[in-house]
Amino acid sequence: MKIENVPMKGLSSEEYEKTLKISWNPNLQYAWDNGIGIGKYLHALKEGKILASYCEKCNRIILPARAFCEMCWRPTDAYLPVQDTGIVNTFAICHVNWDASRLKPNEPRHIPAVIEIDGASPGQGILHLLGNVEPSKVKIGMKVKAVWKPAEERTGSITDILFFEPY
Amino acid sequence: MGFRKVAIVGAGITKFVRRAQETGPEMSYLASKMALDQAGLKLKDVEMITLGSAPDAFDGVHMKGEYLLSGAGGNNKSYIRNFVGGGTGVFAPIHGWMHVASGACDVCLVVCSEKMSSCHPHPQGAFLTIFDHTTEQPLKPTLIWIFALEMRRYMETYGLSKADIARVAVKNKNNALDHPSAQVAEAVTLDDVLNSEVLAEPVHRLDISPASDGAAAVVLASEEVAKRLTDKPVWIDGVGWNLDTAYWATKDLYYPRYVEKAARMAYEMAGITEPHKEIQVAEPYDPFDYKELHHMEGLLLCERGEAARLTAEGFTARTGNLPTCPSGGALGVGNPIAATGLMKVIEIFLQLREEAGKRQIPGKPRVGVAQAWGDLMQVGTVIVLRR
Repeated sequence: MKIENVPMKGLSSEEYEKTLKISWNPNLQYAWDNGIGIGKYLHALKEGKILASYCEKCNRIILPARAFCEMCWRPTDAYLPVQDTGIVNTFAICHVNWDASRLKPNEPRHIPAVIEIDGASPGQGILHLLGNVEPSKVKIGMKVKAVWKPAEERTGSITDILFFEPY
Repeated sequence: MGFRKVAIVGAGITKFVRRAQETGPEMSYLASKMALDQAGLKLKDVEMITLGSAPDAFDGVHMKGEYLLSGAGGNNKSYIRNFVGGGTGVFAPIHGWMHVASGACDVCLVVCSEKMSSCHPHPQGAFLTIFDHTTEQPLKPTLIWIFALEMRRYMETYGLSKADIARVAVKNKNNALDHPSAQVAEAVTLDDVLNSEVLAEPVHRLDISPASDGAAAVVLASEEVAKRLTDKPVWIDGVGWNLDTAYWATKDLYYPRYVEKAARMAYEMAGITEPHKEIQVAEPYDPFDYKELHHMEGLLLCERGEAARLTAEGFTARTGNLPTCPSGGALGVGNPIAATGLMKVIEIFLQLREEAGKRQIPGKPRVGVAQAWGDLMQVGTVIVLRR
């Protein structure tokens, strides 16, 4: 058995331009119910708090808040606020937008990070952004604190935290 | 364990390209027809078909399994689509193995097809929807974020440099020069990778596999049928799959424990107790260069944190003790998601038959492993092949 001459050659940009095609620009709209656990998490964000769940069986304080512990597979026992501070577990300095378009030279770089939140069990991180910091100064292990939107502007969203900054 | 023996008896593949004029069903047909021709079978000989393809968002076609049905030869047959994100390409032959090993059929066609170029301006945008819609999507993440986050965590844990990681891209893109399906084979150097555009520090342009269109297929047969068709059957000796939590930010990103669990499942089935000694060729999934290292460790092919040193020492080159991605991998051949994983299985199949042409590794390898990875950094799919 030999696999040598494989079919298909691919289109150059010029050939692609000349190809007949049908385009569709969908405008599908969704509204996601937040459910029990994440619903409480979002309400807490609106109040300027990060909410975790506690599972008595594995003795973990887990983020984000959830209605059941996926490890013990039983309902969680309590919801409790944790600190709005944490440490940087890992980070990136991103030069592209979500759709792969490039940031302009004068736009601030995005600094996504996994932040292990103080007061939760070890390793309980969330994805968020860092701000008010020179990208070259960010380090793993850096202590950071949430910068919240003003209370009247909060909507019950993860973006009620604008970003985390070093403190 | 009561499973019937299952062999791969034929393989087919298209070229991997940035933009195919062919539709998904047309690509599926090309790969499937080649696989059946290679096996010496007709479509009427195929009893069941399993089809692997990644998220519908790339094609913009809902019910993609049904859309690809005709090209995969599935009309009026027992046909089903399987899907575990980027892990699909290795899960698809595992799924086909279930069909034959269980005795449900004697001949099963496995088809993987991906057309990413339909999503404009770039398929990267479709990845936004894999993140949690409530707690993550509002932050406008790109897929590159999580790779950059994981790569940095891995580098920090073991004190690795970007050059340590980039050597994988150099090896694989050069290996791909000998693969007839290759999209981005290039004689790149370490400096080329390190000096390529920075997308999300520490990830550069050439650390990443491209978006691709392409298809691949294999034919699986029971022992009796396989021995009738070929004197060189390649047996599926072990299969494993495992999924970790979707709360990806709460697990330590330096080590893919789910890949280890999948590998242990496959090795146990294959009777492999010392994988680093018993496995002679490997195709770990390499959508990003550090992922090959990550996966070598998860596959227990080396100690944790050792993969970069082994790569630098040439251990994983085609002429090394344990060649990894002799095909050229996703980094070199291209990454039409589901088709990539099956391309890796086909590479091990060809290597064990000593029919890999210019890519053939020396030493008459008898045992090889292919692995894929995906979903939200949480699935490992592993298949062990033996000549």
